[in-house]
Amino acid sequence: MKQVIYRNLTSKILSLGFILLLTFSTSLTAQEGDPAKGKSLFNTNCAACHKLDKPMTGPALRNVEARLAEEEGLDREWLNAWIRNSSALIKSGDAYANKVYAEWNNVAMTAFPTLSDQDISDILAYTAVDPCELNPQSSPDCPGYIPPPTQEGESGSGGISQNLILGALAVLFALLAMALVLVKRTLNRFADAKGIQIPVEEQRKPLWKAFIENQFLVLVTAIFFLLASGYFAYGYLMQIGVDQGYEPIQPIHYSHRIHAGDNGIDCKYCHSSARVSKHSGIPSLNICMNCHKSIANVAPETLAEGKEYGVDYDAEIQKLYDAVGWDGTGYTGESKPVKWIRIHNLPDFAYFNHSQHVSVAGVECQTCHGPVEEMEIMYQHSPLTMGWCINCHRETNVKVKDNGYYTKIHEELSKKYGVDQLTAAQMGGLECGKCHY
Amino acid sequence: MSSNKKYWKSVEELNENSSIVETLQQNEFVEEIPTDEFLGDKEALESSSTSRRDFLKYVGFSTAAASLAACEGPVIKSIPYVVQPTEIIPGVANYYATTIADGFDFTSVLVKTREGRPIKIENNTDAATNGIANARVNASVLGLYDNLRVKSPMKGDAKISWDTFMSETTSKLNGLSDDKQIVFLTSTMPSPSTKKLVSEFAEKYGNVKHVVYDAVSESATLDAYQAKYGKRGMANYDFSKAKTIVSVGADFIGDWQGGGFESGYAKKRIPDHGKMSRHIQFESNMSLTGANADKRVPLTPSQQKLALAKLYSLVVGGAVSVDLPENIAKAVQSAANEISKAGSNAVVVTGIQDVNAQTVALEINEYLNSKAFDPKTTINTRQGSNKAVMQLVADMKAGNVGAVIMNGVNPMYTLPNSNDFEEGLKKAELSIAFSMKQDETATICDYIAALPHNLESWGDFELKSGHYSMMQPTIRPLFDTKQFQEVLLAWNGNSSSYRDYLKSVWTADILNGASFNKAVQDGFFVSTSSASEADVVASTEDTTEESETPNGNTARALARSSKSGGMELTLYTKTGMGDGQQANNPWLQEFPDPISRTTWDNYLTVSRADAEQLGLVNENVANGGLNGSYAKVTVNGATIENVPVLIQPGQAKGSVGLAFGYGRTSSALKEEMKTGVNAYPLYQNFNTVQEVTVEKSSGMHEFACVQLHNTLMGRGDIIKETSLEIFNTKDKHYWNAVPEVSLNHVETPVTSPDVDLWDEFDRSIGHHFNLSIDLNACTGCGACVIACHAENNVPVVGKSEMRRSRDMHWLRIDRYYSSQDTFEGDNDKKDNISGLGSSLSEFGEMESPADNPQVAFQPVMCQHCNHAPCETVCPVAATAHGRQGQNHMAYNRCVGTRYCANNCPYKVRRFNWFLYNQNDEFDYYMNDDLGRMVLNPDVTVRSRGVMEKCSMCIQKTQKTILDAKREGRPVKDGEFQTACSAACGNGAMVFGDVNDKESKIAELREDNRAYHLLEHVGVKPNVVYQTKVRNTTEA
Repeated sequence: MKQVIYRNLTSKILSLGFILLLTFSTSLTAQEGDPAKGKSLFNTNCAACHKLDKPMTGPALRNVEARLAEEEGLDREWLNAWIRNSSALIKSGDAYANKVYAEWNNVAMTAFPTLSDQDISDILAYTAVDPCELNPQSSPDCPGYIPPPTQEGESGSGGISQNLILGALAVLFALLAMALVLVKRTLNRFADAKGIQIPVEEQRKPLWKAFIENQFLVLVTAIFFLLASGYFAYGYLMQIGVDQGYEPIQPIHYSHRIHAGDNGIDCKYCHSSARVSKHSGIPSLNICMNCHKSIANVAPETLAEGKEYGVDYDAEIQKLYDAVGWDGTGYTGESKPVKWIRIHNLPDFAYFNHSQHVSVAGVECQTCHGPVEEMEIMYQHSPLTMGWCINCHRETNVKVKDNGYYTKIHEELSKKYGVDQLTAAQMGGLECGKCHY
Repeated sequence: MSSNKKYWKSVEELNENSSIVETLQQNEFVEEIPTDEFLGDKEALESSSTSRRDFLKYVGFSTAAASLAACEGPVIKSIPYVVQPTEIIPGVANYYATTIADGFDFTSVLVKTREGRPIKIENNTDAATNGIANARVNASVLGLYDNLRVKSPMKGDAKISWDTFMSETTSKLNGLSDDKQIVFLTSTMPSPSTKKLVSEFAEKYGNVKHVVYDAVSESATLDAYQAKYGKRGMANYDFSKAKTIVSVGADFIGDWQGGGFESGYAKKRIPDHGKMSRHIQFESNMSLTGANADKRVPLTPSQQKLALAKLYSLVVGGAVSVDLPENIAKAVQSAANEISKAGSNAVVVTGIQDVNAQTVALEINEYLNSKAFDPKTTINTRQGSNKAVMQLVADMKAGNVGAVIMNGVNPMYTLPNSNDFEEGLKKAELSIAFSMKQDETATICDYIAALPHNLESWGDFELKSGHYSMMQPTIRPLFDTKQFQEVLLAWNGNSSSYRDYLKSVWTADILNGASFNKAVQDGFFVSTSSASEADVVASTEDTTEESETPNGNTARALARSSKSGGMELTLYTKTGMGDGQQANNPWLQEFPDPISRTTWDNYLTVSRADAEQLGLVNENVANGGLNGSYAKVTVNGATIENVPVLIQPGQAKGSVGLAFGYGRTSSALKEEMKTGVNAYPLYQNFNTVQEVTVEKSSGMHEFACVQLHNTLMGRGDIIKETSLEIFNTKDKHYWNAVPEVSLNHVETPVTSPDVDLWDEFDRSIGHHFNLSIDLNACTGCGACVIACHAENNVPVVGKSEMRRSRDMHWLRIDRYYSSQDTFEGDNDKKDNISGLGSSLSEFGEMESPADNPQVAFQPVMCQHCNHAPCETVCPVAATAHGRQGQNHMAYNRCVGTRYCANNCPYKVRRFNWFLYNQNDEFDYYMNDDLGRMVLNPDVTVRSRGVMEKCSMCIQKTQKTILDAKREGRPVKDGEFQTACSAACGNGAMVFGDVNDKESKIAELREDNRAYHLLEHVGVKPNVVYQTKVRNTTEA
């Protein structure tokens, strides 16, 4: 699973940060934390409200222990007390605690009484790690940072070198051919000079002439070509209006691969109306914001993956914020709907109901929409032609188990047709009026 | 045996020399294709610069270009919500209970919304305090998406903001001098909260008057009730409790007393254990009610008064001497006998707008102690007072009125003396029209306050005493509009929203501890604490009874007031158009009138005898269209020129009829909708009956009448009918015989498999849908027609296409007249015919138009034949049968050969001659973005060149099945509905699965009355009709 850095894993909200720290690193040395464990603890408990480098609901926490120690002279004991029960600390009248409390809109930080000393030192260790140590590429400020090559430059240079090789080869072959011609001419000249007669081959009737004179062959070939062209013309015409593989550029580069694949979000979390309605529904932006309120940036690894597709995911998330009117802390009230480009377009005269297929028949979304969880950009996987629909209706058994509606009709019909399992077609799924009205 | 009565659909059919009828019977498509016209014109052909070769080149090029262009698919954008409302799931409909109350129609309804758009009105069967949604209420959803609505407040022609509007009007209201009145002129608004708001306004501003004005007044009814019971209202009637109903000029299936009586009436019309109600109707125009009556007596309005007076004297007592023609006198006598016999099971109603007449009716019912008559519950849906309106106009002209604030009224169109009104309005310092349209009145007001539609508003209505109905918005206002009440709140200096105000009024005065949210969810609330009101009524009742023993004074006064001079005009409201406020609604314009089957028009209905005398004619022309003479109609100095004339069988001799609601001229209507003539100038002194002179004018009017269209190929035996007596005493085979065909010289019933061309397909597994239509319960009201329009995206084609018989209605209600007054007369006459000579003359006589025909309505839609003739002739298999019994139509497969329509015995298939959406030639609702919001997203919008027809609402049956599948349960009886069966509040249409043996439809299919339309054709339809039974037994 790909990591996003700041995930909202707990539903616990609001809190205050540890802005505080000790001056002396005595306690730091006393209990050495494990940054790797700390990272996972941080993601579980803290990331809902804190980021390392940016203030969110609570303050930024990079090097929090060291900063508190330096600036406020507070030690690990204070931090432990704050984390385990900040409101008690505030009530006790601690000056800095009250200051922080006031600074962050009088919202107390969620208490974490279950965190052990070791846990806290792990988390603090994680906050103290220099990001450049882990990954020099994470920020341009790091010493080891190499600016990533631009996409165009890369593909451009690759193209040129290949072309060069091909060109060189072509020249080589041309030279070779020329050499052979020259050799032949020279040999002929030698033969002339030597007076050797090159035997003249008997003129045979050319093949094409023989072919033309054979009327039967001409006829057969003509028929063959006519049929073949008919076949291809038919094939060509039949795919008109069939937009299989249609993959338009969307206003926001939304990756189903990350959401449905890497993060394993259920299709129907966003397309919830597929359960009850004819439409699967494009999720409204408030559904996106359920998660993206706290996910403004993707993890560096994911960001790097985005480079392969030529997309900056953080910028795409920003597009969402612009559309929904989110300024990072609250809604501005100015929203502009996203004009998605519709991919699956059934004609008006065909009625299709998602809930029939999703809820009643229990068909997987992927059956029709393909491996969505692998699609970086959504495209139309199936042809959506009538033949395709009908074929599935012929092959698919009706899911009658535990459905009171089907009990009687299935019993009677399966007896009539002499089968155990009825297909959708036998149930009446091929009748014109079931989809056209 | 079933009736041998000959039915006819038009007087033209009775003309044996008419070649048109013959032609139409043979032709499905009445117009020939004009190839000869084009090819015959040598000159045009030669002068044409396009040679055949050029033509082929163009064709080739354009085909190639089109196919190239087709390779590039369009890019379709899909835009989700930014924040999706929790109650909206795209693709799933939400229903809200609310009320449609436009001042003329008041009904509790359910509104179906999709993605936040209201798309259809359905019946709120739980509420049903004021009947069911009629055709106009069903169509009102389209009014929401009317592009000609006022989109912001206006000052004259200029758009202004609400802030400007409020500051300017408030300062003007405050600046009025104390001796000037501020007048609210509103339509009937039985709204407790509005009443309170107006009284608060009066407290603040002083000298405030609230005048209620109904375009079509029931003032006499209200006055009579008030005089008798001391409270303004209208007595409630429940016709389901009556065994004998006598109506004198009351169109109670139509708009009498605000409407809403038909479902109660229809309940008793279905023979139950051999019993059904008996209905006698005395009237001059052929109304929907008269068409449903067991016995209908045509008589002029002045005779109606005499008849009612006579009825009183015969039933209650007190001598009244009246002079009536013998046959009418006899009918009155027998009606009186029946009433006396039925006693408290009888009820008498009248529609005569005369206080005496209304009082007489009340007294008769009280005398009878009628069970159907409920004076304690008052109906509040008409509250206008003629006197107050007259007084207001006088005050305005005298300059006593400082400000006129109008809501929901259009007096410049509906007032007979609109000139006086205009003059008075100019004298007012401030005039404000709260209106959805820039209508006739709004355009001459200082300010137009843009009103939201009912479906965008809050509101509350006390429809009947103790029965409250709630209106809630089903969509955010489309335009910059404000409700009347919101503005009142602002004027009153109250900063709360109208919704909060409404809630506080309800919590304080109405709910009595019940939940407000529940009331909003239900859409109605029935108060249990209306005892105090009942007491008031009861006490006054006692006093009146003591002081005034029935002595016939009123009846005598009524008889004296009857003056018969020349021709008498009865003004009426049509089922489709009502008072005319929805005149810009193309669904209603194209809705065929149940009686005349004419669309896009109003007309002068004249009896055949009078027409002959006046030289007025109706004739059918070659394309099947109906033409009629024009007449000049004059009432007391007011003249309307060029009124089209329609000869109406059943119209009382010496009377004519004309409908309100047409002839509007304002810019609030599209050009196409400005049809007919305005009858309001003839509505003098708010009396629907006027003395009139009719003169023939030159020229012929072209009607768009669907009367001669879709004839059933001249085949009879379509409506089976019998009398209650025969129904009760004789065997089914006598009055509902299955047709027989000859097999090897043996008469075999067509239901036998031996005579079937086809092998029967096993339909016993799964669902098998059937629709039952009860001809007894069907009143012909047409709510189903509009419901079908809304559900199935049926296009509007316009008047000229309708005239060409290219109407697109999936569901039509055929109306058949009989040729004799009574059944027996018909049979006797036919039986007595002997010999060729006699048969020629007597049959000819039998075909002469009856002055008073019996009428039958028959809704016809695709019959979904199990052995469908359309399916076998389709060359591309575009129409096919499903196992569930529905005849499917795949539009995208159809190539438009129209073979299926030709082969359909019922003529229910409709062909798209043109593209009716997004086409400027058909500039109706489907041609603008706003209007298209009403389309049902689950039903394809058809394109040009394809056939379409009733699908038995397969989108609805499929949805019901899917819901059951998702919940993993079998479908319950009653869950399956079509748009028409759901819209029918009369119980005439029942839909369901006949394989569910316990279901109502399974029972109805096997009912003794059940028969199939044209059964002898052997197509095995899935629509089953129930034989019409008439209660002809005279008591």
